[in-house]
Amino acid sequence: MTTFAAIADKVRSGARIGEAEALFLFGHDDLLALGELAQSVNEGRNGRRVFFNVNRHINHTNICVNRCRFCAFYRTADQPGAYLMTLGEVREKAQEAFTQGATEIHVVGGLHPDLPFEFYLELLGTIRSVSPTLHVKAFTAVEIAYLAKLAKLPIPETLERLKEAGLGSLPGGGAEIFAPNVRDQLCPEKISGQAWLDIMEQVHHAGLKSNSTMLYGHLETVADRVDHMRQLRELQDKTGGFQVFIPLAFQPEHSEIKAGNGTSGVDDLRTLAVARIYLDNFANIKAYWVMLGEKIAQVALSFGVNDLDGTVVEERIGHDAGADSPQTMSRDSIVSLIRKAGRIPVERDTLYRELRTY
Amino acid sequence: MLKKITEKINEGEGVDAREALWLLNEGELLAVGRLADSIRRKLHPERCVSFVVDRNVNYTNVCESKCKFCAFYRDHGAADAYLLDTEVIMAKIAELVEQGGTQLLMQGGLHPGLDIGYFEKLFREIKVRFPGVQNHSLSPAEVTHIAQVSGLTMPETLARLKAAGLDSVPGGGAEILVDSVRAEISPKKIGWQGWAAVMREAARLGMSTTATMMFGSKERPEDIVEHLMRVRTLQEEGGSFTAFIPWTYQPGNTELGGGGATGVEYLKVLALSRIVLTNVPNLQASWVTQGAKLAQVALFFGANDLGGTMLEENVVAAAGCCFRMSREEMIELICGAGFTPVRRTTLYQALEQY
Repeated sequence: MTTFAAIADKVRSGARIGEAEALFLFGHDDLLALGELAQSVNEGRNGRRVFFNVNRHINHTNICVNRCRFCAFYRTADQPGAYLMTLGEVREKAQEAFTQGATEIHVVGGLHPDLPFEFYLELLGTIRSVSPTLHVKAFTAVEIAYLAKLAKLPIPETLERLKEAGLGSLPGGGAEIFAPNVRDQLCPEKISGQAWLDIMEQVHHAGLKSNSTMLYGHLETVADRVDHMRQLRELQDKTGGFQVFIPLAFQPEHSEIKAGNGTSGVDDLRTLAVARIYLDNFANIKAYWVMLGEKIAQVALSFGVNDLDGTVVEERIGHDAGADSPQTMSRDSIVSLIRKAGRIPVERDTLYRELRTY
Repeated sequence: MLKKITEKINEGEGVDAREALWLLNEGELLAVGRLADSIRRKLHPERCVSFVVDRNVNYTNVCESKCKFCAFYRDHGAADAYLLDTEVIMAKIAELVEQGGTQLLMQGGLHPGLDIGYFEKLFREIKVRFPGVQNHSLSPAEVTHIAQVSGLTMPETLARLKAAGLDSVPGGGAEILVDSVRAEISPKKIGWQGWAAVMREAARLGMSTTATMMFGSKERPEDIVEHLMRVRTLQEEGGSFTAFIPWTYQPGNTELGGGGATGVEYLKVLALSRIVLTNVPNLQASWVTQGAKLAQVALFFGANDLGGTMLEENVVAAAGCCFRMSREEMIELICGAGFTPVRRTTLYQALEQY
């Protein structure tokens, strides 16, 4: 019979746990014991250090042909509020961020129906022109699939062209939940979970690192979450290209999908803790404060988390969905939040190289 | 140190101030939580989490105390100063009763024109019109103020309020029960001894009370510990505290400003409260100041109660912090943490299990 003690022994001996054990952990009612186990795994790996970076999000357009049902950000081209930034605006935002000490620009946007592939190359070039040291983390696997279609090129060639134009790495969005039956309800137009994984494999083969995510707290079961993590772990075994896993708490407020009142604090912490324990080949587990709120994100540092994301100037996607966190957090606030959790703040770059310890 | 403290707790001994301070300053969040959780399990082995259906009625925002941490008060004669009409108050209570509420929490500023006669008349009428509602109102600062305005002693005032229908006294205005901190954040409010005197008298009169603490403003960790020790001593000496309720200073729109306590600090102080105050039966998590997510997590850090559903709340909202919670959300939150939700009375008698 599976017991918590047996799983804890296994984990502490350095062995990998299986899906049934991960499921058991999700159902384990001693939240603190789960937190302690996740914390011990994390501290064995990362000590008391907690990463953050100074970045800016640029969501260049909200016009999107995918129209995912859980999303409150997208507009069709003729809807009020639809926008597309000019390259001048993009440059201005990137320049401003760079001046304020940002080391990364995070670019994701809708699948715009009318832009040519060249626009995206120019977009990357525009940001890179601000400074060659500014890292451009851009385009989810979903956007890559779309750009390849626009370019009429296979994925590897598409990635090569983007790399040449300045693409530094990829964010982990668009993974949502891999389970096909749930995905069909959430985002029927979006590429499948398998396609997402296939593209990420090619991204890693192209020598690019990427992040990975999971949208949870909507229609999925806990078993779907574990299965999602299983597929990420298997690909990570093959490529080692994922830098971090970021569970994203579903924000129901302005979404078409009516599923509860959003995730609970206990569910958030449990999901992060299980991820830390199960994903033994991931160095970093991130609490994305935009979705979780600052309080839970800070508490998560005792539940296996070692990354608090960035200062995130002007995030729009989570906030359009009703996230009530502030739109930005200053470097001082993040440093203070980490310190007050009894941990050591370390500013990193996009590729998780340490820049400065506070 | 942790080992020694754990042994002490396992043997049912109280921790001393030095140990409490160590837990606050040096203790790991989860380790402190684990100690608090073990005490919660001992005191409340049934795995229930309770709440009360209540309403705050803030009868006036006119206040002579002008505390620097407060965003609610107004000067007498200010454009947005108010005093609710008795009929408005009655309508609010009627609404509470319609929605199945059992607790009325009337609290207001220290208004220079309201004497004992005003409150006696008001409380009598509430008792006549709503005999099933627990009148859990005022606070030590208000009781002391009413005595001054009326030229009475505090014990006379409290006895008359009780006779008029005041059932129990909430422990608001405790802030930090250390006068050096009070001098900084609420110089015109009664000192800690004044607060304690009202609570002793209420207990002597057979009224139940609660105790609170507002932290995250100007206090030091030593002051938090001192506060907890003072509440513990008052309870030992015959206090009638049913619950302890720590919450965090909300800096929005206040003279004091600043940042306020973080989530980790809140959970640690909450857990420490459970560890020190083993003689106070219930510990409330403050969803009003922490939000639903952290309040739920707080159930693993010593809390066994979520306070009221608060059909109305104005004081914390004035500082820009306005979480809301329905009875259904409260039940879902408790179930989601693996506990059984129980609706209770002010005196912690179970009314309904969900």
